[in-house]
Amino acid sequence: MTAAAPATMPRIAIHPGWVRVCHWINAVAILVMVGSGWQIYDASPLFDFTFPRQIALGNWLAGAIMWHFAAMWVLVVNGLVYLALGFATGRFRRKLVPVRPRELAADIKAALTFRLAHEDLAHYNAVQKLLYIGVILCGVVIVLSGLGIWKPVQFQELTALFDGYDTARYVHFFAMAAIVAFLVVHVSLALIVPKSLRAMITGR
Amino acid sequence: MRWKKAIPGVDQALLVKDAAKLMPDPMRRQFLRGAASVGALAFLTGCDIIDGDTAESVLRKVSDFNDGAQAAIFSRTKLAPTYKESDITRPFPFNAYYSLAEAPMVDGASYKLEVAGLVDNKTPWTLDALHALPEVSQITRHVCVEGWSAIGSWQGARLSDFLRRIGADTRARYIWFKCAEGYTNTIDMASALHPQTQMSFKFDNKPLPRAYGFPMKIRIPTKLGYKNPKYVVAMEVTNTDKGGYWEDQGYNWFGGS
Repeated sequence: MTAAAPATMPRIAIHPGWVRVCHWINAVAILVMVGSGWQIYDASPLFDFTFPRQIALGNWLAGAIMWHFAAMWVLVVNGLVYLALGFATGRFRRKLVPVRPRELAADIKAALTFRLAHEDLAHYNAVQKLLYIGVILCGVVIVLSGLGIWKPVQFQELTALFDGYDTARYVHFFAMAAIVAFLVVHVSLALIVPKSLRAMITGR
Repeated sequence: MRWKKAIPGVDQALLVKDAAKLMPDPMRRQFLRGAASVGALAFLTGCDIIDGDTAESVLRKVSDFNDGAQAAIFSRTKLAPTYKESDITRPFPFNAYYSLAEAPMVDGASYKLEVAGLVDNKTPWTLDALHALPEVSQITRHVCVEGWSAIGSWQGARLSDFLRRIGADTRARYIWFKCAEGYTNTIDMASALHPQTQMSFKFDNKPLPRAYGFPMKIRIPTKLGYKNPKYVVAMEVTNTDKGGYWEDQGYNWFGGS
């Protein structure tokens, strides 16, 4: 079992192939969904701001919707494959749980003072575990709320789960905001610790 | 509540602004050019790896695929949620690609609904004859493709009843609508036969005002706003997809909700 082997062994990949493939497909899908989502938001803003059109995808509403409902399939199919393999291979169980409050407190303190260790990339610290679980849950919420907005008649039970069409739009927006906030931290840390980026590309 | 401000009301300045926002710039018809998202998308959009026209044609193909997916998801019996009188959005927004001042002014006395295509009886219908049809009522949510929604109250005749009355071939694929200002719309037969699809002559139990499509609006609560044509003057039962005003510019053809 590769799971039991020490991750420092050179022949064992830190991230198996399916994780890396899913990760990069997801990365592209998320960027397209967020970029086109900003353009769609601008057509009827929920708050007193709009996203600059230079960073919004699709040029106008129809183009943005085309992008959004094309990348939707990529995001959902890839996400389902990732979730299925994450559970089936035991990766989620091994890597993401448990998140112990004491470890979490210590790791948050270490992270804020820039003393969080990264010797072993195969082992996630408590902050990483919490953020990865959190962003996976955000992914589930953003897809479900999105389906509720897309099909408030055919999937009306789902829309009702989010307290109706209007509230579902807010849920969808805040899930996007949480994912973008995660992305900022995630990409920054990957650039600060380049070997983590290499591991997600080559597996080692 | 703040979101209510986002709903375009009858305010003229807002309307013009809204219409301008929706109008595609002919120079910007390609959805890709100059649109780089989160910087990282520059590789998709900025360089020549993916040509803009190719990407647009791929996106249009996916949009066609999504028409099929939505037709498969569509249920002939599932009803749009209905609401209480007190839930009605007041004032219900006027929304079009033109201002209310430019909206069609149809003369009800001389109005005749033209019926064409695969139907037994092509006699045009006067408003009096249309108003004599059995009335149904609904309070449902109008969902705009832009994202905002509003709850309205519509009264009129079931489109399915009307189609049977004129001897329409309901095995045909489409119904095409033509409006007084030139707006057009094609819908699928399954949606046309849905029990809540209505030829609306009244809003909130009062004759349909000009803002909401006098003398007739096709109210389809299972479809987005742009698939709910106002000022309808003609309909054709056909097997040819004649497209529509917004659909031809890139909005999804099925437009289901």
